[in-house]
This record gives sequence, C-alpha cells and structure tokens, in this order.
Amino acid sequence: MSSPASEKVPVTVLTGYLGAGKTTLLNRILSENHGKKYAVIVNEFGEIGIDNDLIIGADEEVFEMNNGCICCTVRGDLVRILGGLMKRRGKFDAIIVETTGLADPAPVAQTFFVDEDVQNNARLDAVVTVADAKWLSDRLKDAPEAKNQIAFADVIILNKTDLVTPAELAEVEARIRGINPYAHLHRTQRCQVALADVLDRGAFDLDRILEIEPEFLEGSDDHDHDHDHEHCHDPHCGHDHHHGDHHGHGLKHYHDEHMQSLALSSDKPLDPKKFMPWLQQLVATEGQKILRSKGILAFSGDDDRYVFQGVHMMLEGDHQRPWREDEPRLSRVVFIGRDLPEQAIRDGFDKCIAA
Amino acid sequence: MTSDIQSGAAEASIPSVTARVHKFALGAPAASAFFLGDTLAVVGTEEAVTLIRGLDQTERIEVAFGAILCAASDGKRLLTGGDDGKVTAIDASGTATTIATDAKRRWIDNVALHPDGAVAWSAGKTAFVRMPKGEEKSFDVPSTVGGLAFAPKGLRLAIAHYNGVTLWFPNMAAKPDVLEWAGSHLGVMFSADNRFLITAMHEPALHGWRLSDGQHMRMTGYPGRVRSMAWTVGGKGLATSGADAVIIWPFATKDGPMGKQPAMLAPLQARVTAVACDANAEVLACGYSNGVVLMVRIGDGAEILVRGEGSPVAAVAWAADGETLAYACEDGEVGVLPL
Repeated sequence: MSSPASEKVPVTVLTGYLGAGKTTLLNRILSENHGKKYAVIVNEFGEIGIDNDLIIGADEEVFEMNNGCICCTVRGDLVRILGGLMKRRGKFDAIIVETTGLADPAPVAQTFFVDEDVQNNARLDAVVTVADAKWLSDRLKDAPEAKNQIAFADVIILNKTDLVTPAELAEVEARIRGINPYAHLHRTQRCQVALADVLDRGAFDLDRILEIEPEFLEGSDDHDHDHDHEHCHDPHCGHDHHHGDHHGHGLKHYHDEHMQSLALSSDKPLDPKKFMPWLQQLVATEGQKILRSKGILAFSGDDDRYVFQGVHMMLEGDHQRPWREDEPRLSRVVFIGRDLPEQAIRDGFDKCIAA
Repeated sequence: MTSDIQSGAAEASIPSVTARVHKFALGAPAASAFFLGDTLAVVGTEEAVTLIRGLDQTERIEVAFGAILCAASDGKRLLTGGDDGKVTAIDASGTATTIATDAKRRWIDNVALHPDGAVAWSAGKTAFVRMPKGEEKSFDVPSTVGGLAFAPKGLRLAIAHYNGVTLWFPNMAAKPDVLEWAGSHLGVMFSADNRFLITAMHEPALHGWRLSDGQHMRMTGYPGRVRSMAWTVGGKGLATSGADAVIIWPFATKDGPMGKQPAMLAPLQARVTAVACDANAEVLACGYSNGVVLMVRIGDGAEILVRGEGSPVAAVAWAADGETLAYACEDGEVGVLPL
C-alpha cells in the first residue's frame, strides 16, 4: 500500500510574505525548459500567466485533528487535492504547494506526518521561503507570519537584492540568520536561482539528514565571498566552536527576541532509554513553541546513527546508517522555535548522556 | 474493537470459485464499480467509464478530460464528477449526458443521486441540486464539502463538512439542520429506514447520529480511514472497510451500535479496502489491499475465495438481484462472477 520513498511524489511548499516574489518563482518553474512537469496548488487563480490543467486552486482550510494534540492541525483541502491529483499520477513529476503570504507553513507540513494517504503517495521535499530583501526586516518586526516562514524554511530565497545597498543586504541576512541559521540561503534578483537549489532538496528525508551545521559555515557556492558574512552568533545560538576560523569576519550579532534556534551537542554517547522519553515529553509539552527539530544521535551500544526530525509535536525518527570509522560520534540536536526554554532544554539534554 | 480473531483465511483451505470468474483488463486503474441493472459500470481513475454487458461485451465511454474524482449510482444511472468541472450521467445503454459544467471549472468533489431523479454535486464549499425538471439550487456550507447523500424519504440532502453535517431541504425555505461533531467528515450515508446518518471521518473513525433525537454514535478503533461502507440485508448492520477484517456495526435496534461490539469477519493479514452487500441474502463481498476478494456469510463468517492475491482491490459490487458479483482492481483488472 505504501510506496517506496523513491516512488512518492515530491512536494515542495512555497511560502513567503505578500509581494516577495513567489509568483515570479512559480512562473519560472512552470515555464523553464527543465523536462519536468509540475502540478501546482495555488491559493489564487489568475496570478500565474500559464495555462495548465494541473494548476489547482486551494482554500487553505486548516483543520484540527481529534487526537488530543492541540497544535495538530492539517490542511484539509490539501488532503483532498492530493487525493485527486494521485488519480493522475503519471501526468506530473512533482507537486508545488503555494501558500498565501499570511499562512503558517506548519499545517501544510503536518499534513504529511498525519494523513495516511498523503504519506503513502507523497513526500514533503522542502519548505522554500521567498523573502523580500527590502522589506523583510520591517516584516520581521510587525508580521509574525513572516517570522514563522523564515523560521520554518529549509531554503530561503532572499529576493530583490538589487533594491538594497550591500549594508542593507547584510543587515537583513543577519536578521534571517538570527532566526534560522540552518536554511540554505540564496540571494536573487527576480528569483533567478538555479531550480536545483529549490526543488528536490530532500530536506525532510531522514536518509539525507547528513549534517546539522549552520548553513553559512558551509560556504555555499552561490554566495559572494567578497563581502563580510554577517550573521547571528551569540550564546543563544549554541553553535559549537570547532569552526572557529570562520569567526574573524567582523560578524554582526543579531538575536531575535522571540524566535531563535538552539543547538545542543555531545561527544559522549546518549542513553536512548533516557533521550527518547525526554524528546517525546519535550515536544508534547513545548511543541507549540518548537517549529522544527532535527537531530543526529549517537546512542550507547548502538553502531548506527539515529536521525530524527519533527514539526511542532510530531516526530519521526529512524536508524540511518552505521557510523563510519573516520567519523566522530557526535550527537547534535537543533530546535528552531519561539521563546524556547533554553536552560531547561539544555539541562534535559545533558541528563540524557549515558552514564 | 477487540474481538477474538479467527485464524486467517488461508487461500488453499477455503472453498474457491476463482475458476468461474470472468476477467477483463481495462488497461487503466479502476476506482469504483456499480451495477446499472445487469450492466456493470467500472469507473476509471481518469477519463472513462467502461460498461460490461453479459460476459463478453465491453464499451468505453469518455466522461472527463482528466481525473474522475467521484461517482455514485442509484442502480439505474451512474453519475460522475471530474477535475474538468463536469458532472456526467450515464445509463445502462451507454448514453452519457453532461448534467452540469462548473462555471469556474472547479473540481467536482462529490456527487449523489435521488431515486426521484434529482441529482446533487459539490464544488468547493457549494452543494448543488438539480431537480428532475431541471431547476437548479445551491447551498454553501462553511467549509469544503466532504460528502453528499440524499435521504431515502423526501428531498433532503446531507452535506458533510468540517465539524459536522448540514441537512438541507432544497425545496423548503426553512433553515437547514446542522448536526455537529468536531473533525472533518468525508463520506456520508443514511440508513435505508431514515433513522440513522453515518459519516466516515478523516480520522480512522465513523460518526453516527440518530436522526430522531441527534444522539451521537462514535465508532472507533480502525487502523485506517474508512473508505467503503455498505448496509447488510435489511439494514441490520453496517459493513465497513478500514481494518484487517470486515467490521460490521449492529443497527437492528433503535439504539444502533451504542454499547455493542461490532462483528469482525474474514480477518486477513491485509487491510479491507472495499465492501458490498447482497441485498437479498446475509452475504457480503469484500476486497483487500493484497488483492484478495472474498464472499462471506454474515451469520457464521464462512468464506469463499473469489480472487487470490494481486493488485489492491478498488471496488466490489453486487447486482441488485444478487445474481452477479463483480470486483475492480487498481491495476485495471475487473472480475465478473455469475452466481
């Protein structure tokens, strides 16, 4: 009944505040000659200037589930539309879900954790957020939705960079990194980004959780390296300091008051009998604040890497592969969320270290 | 839903009629199947309905440009709704009539038929009814329509949606009744005696209301969503898919299934995907995710094998006279068994 992951249709969620450039990106994806066919679920017909019977209007109906989990909401319309699209499975390669500028990405992502049919036929590929370089800093101050979308993202397209000065660009990037240091960030004009950087990312694929490092440490290729990288680096980010050679760039420190990331690590093995109940309890009690979570874990007496990821209260995890000989058995856990009880999380994590 | 599970039906150990089944290959996935008199109509997931008459004659009828999203039948006509915004009616002779085309080409998510000739369909939050004389009316519910069903008496349409069901009398100005229950309601059906209304929810559960007083009935414990429901002969029980056995809730008494355990028949190591009941005898047919199709005697659970393992079963159907059983599978295999 359940298809293997490779046969599941990948679904990319495209978010972004009003006017950031989502439609520009969608039009590019639909019109470029890449040999792939996309079904697109949009919230408003007519904005896309391409005639395609695989463009479907959605209503953004957010439904609560009757499972006792208060933040467990799903997109009811998405369940219905994906069900209908699956009847035409051979007609497209992938699906893109565009959300309105004011939407919270969580119900979309949760739909892929909760609904059996959706899970059997489709897989969430990545949350891609388009941000307006000129206005994002303002929106982060006055629009909680914009902050949510940045915090939730796997890929951030910082668009309209031609409308700002290098200093303004550095400022907005620092603000983004203060919220979400882990997303892949691409600077663009008119959303000119290689589509391979947006589509088929496998960001929710447990097999592809390889590293959890702040993205700016990876030196991604599309970045200009002739200006200073400015990004959040303060104790709250909890980065490990073994990449200390990157710290000499004249960093600008930003810390968002409410939304932040928290990274934990240990080079001592964790006790799975302590860690798993702790993690489940944590997301059960603090799940409303935790937008995304991810981890690579080294358990005592276990030669496999254990990986997990989560959205609010929902978690999924699995043994990934054996640790390699040349690889330090380092456990890393990352939470992105709002008003995270940092000290309690750190203390709880420390107690999971195997005796 | 705990019950003693009998040993699974090992294919070799139960009587088999597989050799008597006449097989057809549609060449495209099947979604549902209905008898229009003695003609079998198999609805594909896309584009066409195939009519099978007797044991050798097939006719393919195009009804949609894209996906066929829904289908319903009253035993004489078949109604389909497509992602091209079209509602199409087909009769046993193969005549297809376009009933309606949505002005905005929205998906037609649900269809229903009334024995008097009225038809209903929905697009988004709007339910439409077309009277036998052609007059059309519509009604908007607060969220997207999840299911439609006409009451067996009078012209009354049940519209399932998020957090409940709206009961609408299209010919009366009166405010519709709303039956509330938190959650998303997808399938909906009345009991033949008009005493009960049942919905299949997005969660793996059924919800029911006793229409006389609105008494709630929760039917839970399924491992998967219930996609197929059928009343057993005389409306004594409601047979359902969604578990590794056919779950039959008792409806013979005025309290329905409240406080009672359901019967569990024909357990296999696979999920029941489709059920259909003989309208004349205490027998049902069920199909499974592993392709098996069984006929099951409701009284004692005796099983007869109709199809062995293969492509998942999309639908099973009985002819109204009980003389023919049919199944249709996700890979397009259709079987017809004269009884």
